[in-house]
Formats: sequence, C-alpha cells, structure tokens
Amino acid sequence: MNRRSLLATAALGLGIAFGGAASAQGMDKVKACFVYVGPIGDGGWTFQHHQGALDMQKEYGDKVEIAFQENVPEGADAERVMTQMALSGCNIIFSTSFGYMDPTNAVAAKFPDVKFEHATGYKREHANVSTYNARFYEGRAVQGHIAGKMTKSNKIGYIGSFPIPEVIMGINSYYLHAKKVNPAVELTVIWAFTWFDPAKEADAAKAMIEQGVDVIASHTDSTAPLAEAAKTPGVIGFGQASDMSAYAPSPRVSSIIDNWAPWYIKRVGALLDGTYAQVDAWEGIAGGEVEIGEITEAVPADVKAEAEAMRDAIAAGTYHPFTGPINKQDGSVWLADGAVAPDGDLLGMGFYVEGIKGDIPN
Amino acid sequence: MIGGIDLTLLIASLMVASVPIILAALGELVVERAGVLNLGVEGMMIIGAVCGFIMAVESGSPLVGFVGGAVGGALLSLIFAALTQVMLANQVACGLALTLFGLGLSSMLGQSYVGIKPPFTGDVPLGPLADIPVLGPILFSHDWVVYFSLVMVAAIWWVLRATRMGLVLRAVGESHDAAHALGYNVRRIRVLAIMFGGAMAGMGGAYISLVRVPQWTDGITAGAGWIALAIVVFASWRPGRVLVGAYLFGGITVLQLNLQAAGATIPVEYLSMSPYLITIVVLVIISSGKGRAATGAPASLGQNFHASR
Repeated sequence: MNRRSLLATAALGLGIAFGGAASAQGMDKVKACFVYVGPIGDGGWTFQHHQGALDMQKEYGDKVEIAFQENVPEGADAERVMTQMALSGCNIIFSTSFGYMDPTNAVAAKFPDVKFEHATGYKREHANVSTYNARFYEGRAVQGHIAGKMTKSNKIGYIGSFPIPEVIMGINSYYLHAKKVNPAVELTVIWAFTWFDPAKEADAAKAMIEQGVDVIASHTDSTAPLAEAAKTPGVIGFGQASDMSAYAPSPRVSSIIDNWAPWYIKRVGALLDGTYAQVDAWEGIAGGEVEIGEITEAVPADVKAEAEAMRDAIAAGTYHPFTGPINKQDGSVWLADGAVAPDGDLLGMGFYVEGIKGDIPN
Repeated sequence: MIGGIDLTLLIASLMVASVPIILAALGELVVERAGVLNLGVEGMMIIGAVCGFIMAVESGSPLVGFVGGAVGGALLSLIFAALTQVMLANQVACGLALTLFGLGLSSMLGQSYVGIKPPFTGDVPLGPLADIPVLGPILFSHDWVVYFSLVMVAAIWWVLRATRMGLVLRAVGESHDAAHALGYNVRRIRVLAIMFGGAMAGMGGAYISLVRVPQWTDGITAGAGWIALAIVVFASWRPGRVLVGAYLFGGITVLQLNLQAAGATIPVEYLSMSPYLITIVVLVIISSGKGRAATGAPASLGQNFHASR
C-alpha cells in the first residue's frame, strides 16, 4: 500500500466515522449501561433500577444491549467504572446514585459522544449530561398521614441515609403530614450515614423502638428496618424504593415504589429514534415514577381512604405536599399561606421545618 | 435511664450487636496465631450468612442454620488453605480474592432466598433469672449464640495459654522452621487453623442473617469482616482484648444510634465516626507500654512455609 492509497483509506475511514456520527440522529442498536450503588438483590433502590433496566430491554429486544456494575462506591471508583463503560462502547450511561454527580460530569467531559444520565442530582455541566429524579416527597406525604394516624406513642421515626436535599425533603414532608393529623406527634431522626448496611439499619430501627417509636420510615436501601420492626408487635413501617411486600400486612403497611421503567424506556427510545435531548426531569406520582404500594388491612379503612384521596389529589395536581403556611425550624417564614414550594427550594433543601428537633449534620 | 436512654437495654443490645464480630475475630485470631494471614474474613462471613440462611430455611431449624454457616465458611476457607498451604501462593492476594469470590458466590447462592423470613432463634429459657431487674435483660435473656461467643472467648484463651495444643499452634506461628524441626506437621496444623477460622467467621455471618437482620440480602455483612480483622490487630492477638474491642465497637455503634434517637446535642458526624475512633484508641492504649509483650504479632505471620527450606 503506497502513501496515497493509505491516505485514501484513512479518508474513507473518516468518512464512515463521520457518516456514523451523523446517523447518530437515530441509532440501530443502543448499548445502555447502568452504575449501581448497591447489589441488585438489595430488595430496594438498586433492585428497582435494575428492574427498570430489564423492562427497558424487554421493550426493545435485541435493539438494546444492557450492561451494569453493582456495588460501585461513590467517588473515584465511580469515575473509573464510567470511563471503562464509555470505552467499552456504551452509548448511554445511567448513574443511579446522588454521590455519582461529580464523577458523572467529569467523565462526561471526556466522552462528548456518550450520553450520561444522573439520577437524583442537579449538575448538568456538559451538553451530554441529563438528570432525572422522582418526587419521592409526594409518597412521604402519604406515609406521614398514615404515621400520624397510626402512632399510639406519638413518636414516629425516620432513618436517614445522608443529609442531602432529597432525604431532608422526605423528612419534612413526612413530618408535616403526620403533624397535620396529629399535633402531638414527635419525630426522631437517625442518620445512618450509609445507603446500604442491613445490620446498621436494623440497629437504628432497634434504637428507635427501644425509645418508644412505633412508626418507622426509612430512607436506606435494604429491608432490614422492616425485619427489625417485625420483631416487636405494634410497630409498623413502610417499604422503601421497592414494595417489600414480604413484610405485609404488618409491619409493612404501605410503601413507596420507585418505578424507573417508563423513564428508561423513554430515554433509550429517544436515542434509538433520534429525538434525544438534554433534560432535567422530575416526575412524581402523576408521571408514574412514584407509586404508592398497597395500603394493607393493618390500617383502618377511613385512614386508608384519606391516604388514597391524598395520593389521588397529588396525582391530579390539585394538592402540593409543600403548601404554605410553612415555617422553617428557626421559626422564620418559608412559605406564606397558600404558597407552593418552588422546585428550586426543594432541590436545595437544607433546613428542617418548624417542630422537628435536632440539627441536620453537614 | 440516662438522657432518655435505657442503659439496661443498651447493654443487652450491644451484646447482641457484637456477636458476629467476636466470632469472626476469634477465628481470625487463631488463624493468625498459627502464622497465617487470611484477609478473606468478609468473604467467609458472607458465605456463612447465605449458607446458614439457606440451611435454616430449608430445615426449619436455626441450629442447623448455624452449623450450615460454619460448614460453609470452613469449606470456603479450604480454597484459601489449598492455595496458600499447598501451592504456597501469596496470602494477602489470596485472602482478598477470597473476599471477592465469597461476595459474588453468596449473591448467586442467595438469589432465590430474597424476601424470605428465616425460622426464629429464640432466647435460652432461663426461667426466673430473666426476670431479675437490670441483670435479667443483660445476662439472662439472650439466644444461645451470645453465650456461645462468650464461652469461645474463654475457651480460646485457655487453649492458647494452658494446653499443649495451644503451645504447638503458637510455636507454628512464631517459628514454623523450629516447629517443623521438632517434628510437627506445620502444614496440617495451619490448614486446621484456617478451617477453624472459616467456621467461626461463617457462624458470625449466619448470626447476621438469622438473628440480627433476619433476612437474606446481597452484601448483608457490609464490612463486618474487615472490622473483625482490624480488631484482631488492635487487640494484639489476645482473646480477652478481642472481647473488649468488639464490645466497645458494638457498644458505641449502638450508643451513637441511641444518642441520635434521644436527640443528643452532639453533632452526628462525631457520633458516626466514634465507634471506629474510640475502639482503636482504647485498644492501642491497652496494648501499649509493656515492652515485648505489647507487640504480640506472631513472628511468622503471613510467611509461607515449605519443608525443603
């Protein structure tokens, strides 16, 4: 091969490459990759993301190939994993935990042709980074209502993972709606500083139960708090992220189910037909991403009806869980009477509402 | 009651919370005293957790579950024994690989056991003793594994200190060449020690999946094996100090959660790191300042032995 034909071959190669990029308007086959913070068998958060991924693959059959990596620590390891995925031909990478926010943006800068979608974060530093989230606080409002009605000791608990806006939002929504139906209610918050450590989650639930808490909501990923609640009669809790129906009808009296399938189907579909665009999505009960698991017979019928009415009002858009008047913990006004919380306030939420005791760790 | 925390209940729950770490750390202590460094504790624990869970669910008996967990852990440790004692592979690398292998294998074995409840492990019926105020809940109302872990602390202490078997084990760990020259079968003793360590770690894992968090979830041990490993070192290879370390760690973990629940004004960040910090500091202080006796690391720790040398 002389130099000229070599150049021609190279030019041809480049042409094909550019041609390929141009037809990336629509793609014949998509490789979708998922980064998980826990094991797919956690029965909660990661399990639901993986179910969504599997449903998406079922939808498109052999047009989509999926790959995933479990138990990826939030931090430098996540960056390595995503780089590896981008190099191995992934067209779209879903990073499914808040702590992947900076790694996702860092890797996205290096691979402009690969789409990145980060769950529950807010940074979109590059054109190829989108964010998606679900309005879990809507489900927390329903749980708070049930908790306020069901508690006998007037002590309700919330096992927090990390003090990030998503969790603080959940705590505030849960407390506000419990307080609304039961002014005597007191909220105990325990920060576990982990998303997934079944033994620690169980210990946190145990510590609450020993101090008289009888309704426990958790914002961690395993079913351990429910397993612990099951040991003490009269203590109830909620399924988190997944239905956790193995613990129904009690202690699990209801649940928040994360349904990511519609989102994954929509986004990969957009990539296939060429309509993909950067977005900042935040769907809730109305969009089908947040589902309220069946309220069991352990809950009295009237409470169940009220909770379902609230769920339907939220879905219809006639009720927003954060509707004023609401004061901040220090007594200053956050929302005036009738005002609805702007999304910006919620996404950056770093304060408790009035009535919650204790400080948010930094 | 101090600051809204019931001390009796607190001590009772720390005794339960510490059991997996005590069992795994005691096993590793024996392994290391025999001169072998097995970093695969986490892997053996989780295999014990899943095998114990499966056996308990299938048989309906928690006791069978614990035996199953111990057997599972011991079988997994046999892989490590074969690699390091027969093929003389690097112990650190094999130990780490054992953990990775154990985590993956447990996830595969446990796939169809997610969401199932295991048979209940009841307290040992001690009759009226359990009704004594304060002492009753602390000492006389636990399941048998809690008592077993305490008995094992004493038994291992006694065996290492006062029996011929303990002397031989320590000789192998201090100088395998000397032990070999005296006619002891270094390899066989080490393999047995490794299997004992595996069985203990497996039992500790089974305690997590059968009692502490009665369920199977992937990754359920969540690092308990690494804590057990660290405690062995900071306890300078002594059973009594392992007990102190494990109770401190378990105790402060439970205490910090209780303090949070009671609304203590200490910042949560400090509470969260306190179990690690205080356990290390206390064990380092106990182990310091007694000259040679303080640095109790077995002289042949981590070194492979081959009779031809």
